[in-house]
Amino acid sequence: MFEQLPIETLQAYWWIIVSLLGSILVFLMFVQGGQTLIYTLGKTEMERKILVNSLGRKWEFTFTTLVTFGGAFFASFPLFYSTSFGGAYWVWMAILFAFIIQAVAYEFRSKPNNFLGQKTYEWFLIINGLLGTILIGAAVSTFFTGSQFSINKLNLTNIFDPVISRWEGPAHGLEAVLNWRNVALGLAVFFLARILGILYFINTIAEETILTRAKKQLIMNTVPFLVFFLAYVSVLFLSQGFTVDPMTGAVSMESYKYFHNLLQMPVVMILFLLGVLLVLFGIGRVIFCFTKCSTKGIWLSGTGTVLTVFALFMLAGFNHTAYYPSTYDLQHSLTIQNSSSSHYTLTAMSYVSLLVPFVIAYIWYAWKSINNKKIDPEEMNSDGHSY
Amino acid sequence: MIESIDLSLVDWSRAQFALTAIYHWLFVPLTLGLSVLVAIMESIYVKTGNPEWKKITKFWMTLFGINFAIGVATGIILEFEFGTNWSNYSWFVGDIFGAPLAIEGIMAFFLESTFIAVMFFGWNKVSKGFHLASSWLTAIGANLSALWILVANAWMQNPVGMKFNPETTRNEMTNFWDVLFSPVAVNKFLHTISSGYVLAAIFVLGVSAWFLIKKRDTQFAVKSIFVASVFGLITSLLLAFTGDGSAYQVTQKQPMKLAAMEGLYHGKTGAGLVAIGLLDPSKKTGDGKEAFIFKVEFPKLLSFLGYRSPDAFVPGVEDILNGGYKPEYNSIPESEKEVALSAEQKIIRGRLALSALSTYKQAKNDHNAARADSAENLLRQHYAYFGYAYLNNVESIVPNVPLTFYSFHVMVILGLYFILLFIVVLIYINTHRLEKSRWLLWLSIFTIPLAYIASEAGWIVAEMGRQPWVIQDLLPTMAAVSRIDASAVQITFWLFAVVFTVLLIAEVMIMVKQIKIGPKNGGTR
Repeated sequence: MFEQLPIETLQAYWWIIVSLLGSILVFLMFVQGGQTLIYTLGKTEMERKILVNSLGRKWEFTFTTLVTFGGAFFASFPLFYSTSFGGAYWVWMAILFAFIIQAVAYEFRSKPNNFLGQKTYEWFLIINGLLGTILIGAAVSTFFTGSQFSINKLNLTNIFDPVISRWEGPAHGLEAVLNWRNVALGLAVFFLARILGILYFINTIAEETILTRAKKQLIMNTVPFLVFFLAYVSVLFLSQGFTVDPMTGAVSMESYKYFHNLLQMPVVMILFLLGVLLVLFGIGRVIFCFTKCSTKGIWLSGTGTVLTVFALFMLAGFNHTAYYPSTYDLQHSLTIQNSSSSHYTLTAMSYVSLLVPFVIAYIWYAWKSINNKKIDPEEMNSDGHSY
Repeated sequence: MIESIDLSLVDWSRAQFALTAIYHWLFVPLTLGLSVLVAIMESIYVKTGNPEWKKITKFWMTLFGINFAIGVATGIILEFEFGTNWSNYSWFVGDIFGAPLAIEGIMAFFLESTFIAVMFFGWNKVSKGFHLASSWLTAIGANLSALWILVANAWMQNPVGMKFNPETTRNEMTNFWDVLFSPVAVNKFLHTISSGYVLAAIFVLGVSAWFLIKKRDTQFAVKSIFVASVFGLITSLLLAFTGDGSAYQVTQKQPMKLAAMEGLYHGKTGAGLVAIGLLDPSKKTGDGKEAFIFKVEFPKLLSFLGYRSPDAFVPGVEDILNGGYKPEYNSIPESEKEVALSAEQKIIRGRLALSALSTYKQAKNDHNAARADSAENLLRQHYAYFGYAYLNNVESIVPNVPLTFYSFHVMVILGLYFILLFIVVLIYINTHRLEKSRWLLWLSIFTIPLAYIASEAGWIVAEMGRQPWVIQDLLPTMAAVSRIDASAVQITFWLFAVVFTVLLIAEVMIMVKQIKIGPKNGGTR
């Protein structure tokens, strides 16, 4: 069934899958956001234990989604993989370090004789929350702001210097965080992750003092989120973008490119606006309630996050746009057409993608079966497994 | 002669990959094997209803969790390292290599991470049956993950199911099933997972032996030892069997690796298999000196194992360098067997292929279809030697012989010893002598590090033995790296070295503490 599809359709299909994984990843970074709040919301040992354990049941999903996002990007758009990872070396390495220390932190944190002490593992979680969100946000922002790289496949025939993808700057990715726009998106993702973390705590924890503090923190994080997000989006829509001539493949700058993309793809516009509204609505339902408060904010804001980020990925890659632009030489920019895998590989992978609904179904089922009760101090003291 | 390829960059990039892979492999085999052992123990619990088995299951599950966490931590870097440090590789073969990595994520990691949560947090929340199913699904997830990553690795040793596309300047997949079911992949998968099973069995055996020495929790220890030894004996036989299959594949597909594994410089008919031997450290390729100071060998066994014929000719390092012999690979019919090329001839053909690619690109630019066609033909004719084009001397196709030789022999000797150990332990259990035989208990404890050594040695054979290739014959390491400063890789190398070492110390300390706490408390905190 996929064999018959033209390669352009398969490329679009895979851009949608990669975008979906990316947007689910941003939603799941509520784990990272929550990690940065364990000292702010947890003042006693027990409170911190509750916070860490409520996140501890979900962290592997974020982690697995990140790894799958990387694998899927590699399989479907290998030229991005070889250009960005090998070029923006320091940004990716810093992100990886942040996730390495996270992976042991939960399991080792409260174990006796853990060498580094509980505090260190808690700081691992905080560092992961800080770097993971800000740097991934900044890296995604380069999809709109561009990077300095060149690609020349003929290099392969030079036996003395055969590398195809080259970073044309000395900083190898560090320059990305010197661009205020990239930092703004990084910080927007950081505060959004904290908002989602708070909403998640409100949804899963039954402990009054934590919840009171959480509500206060929700307001304090929503303000900077809105500032950074709106600043980023306004500049994005007002700025030039990287447009591709569908006939020749030539890349050039177009004023208001991403705003045009939004107008020319009404479905994406609807997703974007709906997403932003849902994020705000989820926050609002928790902030503006006085008696019986909703705890479902995470689902509203979470869905909103997925839609918004998905729409941003659509703006970056569809409608004749270069999703990974080169500011060194526009003609070296990556598009979903010039960076994808072959028709055969995309077809094979498309069959594999049919497993995804099945995966989501069993995740849903398994979670429901162990998460039917809110976390409270009593459960932490029982003899079950805890972090 | 070399202007731009920074050799120290290649070396540091290799060192970093080796470091991260070796660390990762300290934790993976235990995850592979212990997940299955835990599932078996829980199955016994569900079948018998005996709470003792629940206690046993929970104890080993706790150790599994500690090990699993650090396995995950050391694993994430490997996937992304293909991009960060081996950028040219990622493009050159990404069309084939990316797929198994993505499938691993979709098929295996989610299975593992979903059901591991049920395993740890579900004891009092889900039914016995669902919990048991979750334990098995975690084990299946871990082993499926191994399947896909080993398919990817096997493909690097034996690139099949693909075709080079000069238009896109990369290799493209043409047959997914050839990649998945290549005999190298099948053997590698079975050999590697059974090595994990054996390691986990030895781990359970050794740790339980410690309880018997301390005269603590003897019921728990004897039961654990019994399961581990039966499982260990079966899987160590499978390990030997698939080891033979793997070496057979190496003989057919990577003759240079085989020559290095055996320290065979001069090929011969009816070659013997070295049982033990000491290589002369001053031996150089082509110096005519005897390679061994001393060796004991089984006559004709290498020819028999490698070619299934006791009188087959096994080429040595120098034969492969100089060519001129007739390979006896069983996979090729007699009529098609050509005289082997020398390394020099292969380099010439590789360069022809490379310049044909260059001509092709030029012709395409000039819209000269006829010239492009003839260039493509020339490229296809010599593509099998494409990677040789990047080599600047013939001897660079020789891997580190002593390292490969010793790693291989350490692995094989230890593998045979493990079979013997399981047999002896089972006999002692059957005759009720195990608890009193302190020597055997101590031996079991000291076998734990040996299992890790054997397991890592296996990977050293596989990966060092294939040098200089990243993709056998098609891409050497020096043409696969990213273009970054060697100093950048040095910094990340040392960062990884420090972080992983610290985490390893933490893991071992936590593990030892949990073992001392013992199964009485279910191992939980």
